Amino acid sequence: MFALLMRDLRLAVRAGGGFGLGLAFFLLVAVLVPLGVGPEGGVLARIAPGILWVGALLACLLSLDRIFALDFEDGSLDLLATSPMPLEGVVAVKSLAHWLVTGVPLVVVAPVLGVLLNLPVAGYGWLVVSLALGTPALSVIGAFGAALVVGVKRGGLLLSLLVLPLYVPTLIFGAEVVKRGAAGLAVGTPVLLLAGITLGAAALLPFASAAALRVNLR
Amino acid sequence: MSIWEYANPKKFMQTSGIVLPWVAALSGLCLVTGLVWGFFLTPDDFRQGSTVKIIYLHVPSAMMAINAWAMMLVTSLIWLVRRHHVSALAAKAAAPVGLTFTVIALVTGALWGQPMWGTWWAWDPRLTSFLILTLFYLGYIALWQAIEDPDTAADLTAVLCLVGSVFAGLSRYAVLFWNQGLHQGASLSLDKEENVADVFWVPLLVCIAGFVLLFLALVLVRTRTEIRTRRLMALMARERMA
Repeated sequence: MFALLMRDLRLAVRAGGGFGLGLAFFLLVAVLVPLGVGPEGGVLARIAPGILWVGALLACLLSLDRIFALDFEDGSLDLLATSPMPLEGVVAVKSLAHWLVTGVPLVVVAPVLGVLLNLPVAGYGWLVVSLALGTPALSVIGAFGAALVVGVKRGGLLLSLLVLPLYVPTLIFGAEVVKRGAAGLAVGTPVLLLAGITLGAAALLPFASAAALRVNLR
Repeated sequence: MSIWEYANPKKFMQTSGIVLPWVAALSGLCLVTGLVWGFFLTPDDFRQGSTVKIIYLHVPSAMMAINAWAMMLVTSLIWLVRRHHVSALAAKAAAPVGLTFTVIALVTGALWGQPMWGTWWAWDPRLTSFLILTLFYLGYIALWQAIEDPDTAADLTAVLCLVGSVFAGLSRYAVLFWNQGLHQGASLSLDKEENVADVFWVPLLVCIAGFVLLFLALVLVRTRTEIRTRRLMALMARERMA
């Protein structure tokens, strides 16, 4: 399992394209919003939590179809499916690799973009916490979507349509954490709910993803 | 004699062929009675005036939008467990009908909300949940369309339906948590505590019965079409082989 994780990480870094793309997209969103909305600090501070979360979500969405598609095309997914490791484990490891490649950089870079969007100081800690708690769920849910459309040619747009409604709870609770944190309110409930969604998704969805992959490899 | 006999396409076609005209006729009867009664024979509400009458379209279609998804969930489970093709095809047939009901509920809601709340749309929990439900329907139908092999498509959409149901429930509570409501409470409930007044109650029940029968009739028609399409495809495949 560890070998698979290292392989996926190496591929992501060396193959180029996918690795920096999500970050660049996140940066673009943070730059474009003030240009579109206007540079008033008060307005930006109020919408910053939501914009940052939506940006992170879209950046994550951008790289989803790479989770299984490349391995499916060159046949290594068949090899992985017949290997002694259960397919559920393969899915979990690949989601983890996706999170390490796209989610973690987003978490790291988010505070810098918070400055651009004039996020209140109290919100920075909760921004990092909420993204760190929420982005794994985005990766796991995304892996499920990617497993569904792996056999479909040019499934990128379809993938977005399938995955977006599934992202709704994560987005709501994640943005709520930052919003409340920035306003100095108690954040316990949304943090726990967000963590609950991530843990529940990580525990159950790999089974659904593996089932979808088996159907597609049949 | 068990219910699984109807999973045999031949048996299903026979029975549904007999049942369908009755269901369709009964549905038309209920809808005409309920709607005419509701629109012309009930008094205007003392606060909402005549706009209240859109309730005869809004409430039944909203109910059926959710029930259609529930029916798809059940048929998807049956397909996954027992692999009866009619079940998968019924789920496929129900999706566009459910989507239509969802859109009707959203549109009539907007038409009703404009004079009552002064806005076409509000990010209220109930409204938002329905918008998300629309997205679920769209994704489900798109996945059916995207995959050529019918059995693969049936499997994948069934899995999507299961996962989607869980997340639809989650979204419902997430949205409740996110925003306070503008929408009124339930119009109907079994304990009659907060029901609409009696004059509106009976025609509304008739309308709901009409919508249920309409849904049943549409799903039967569409399932029969799907089965016939399958047979046609099988015949064409056989011809190509020969």
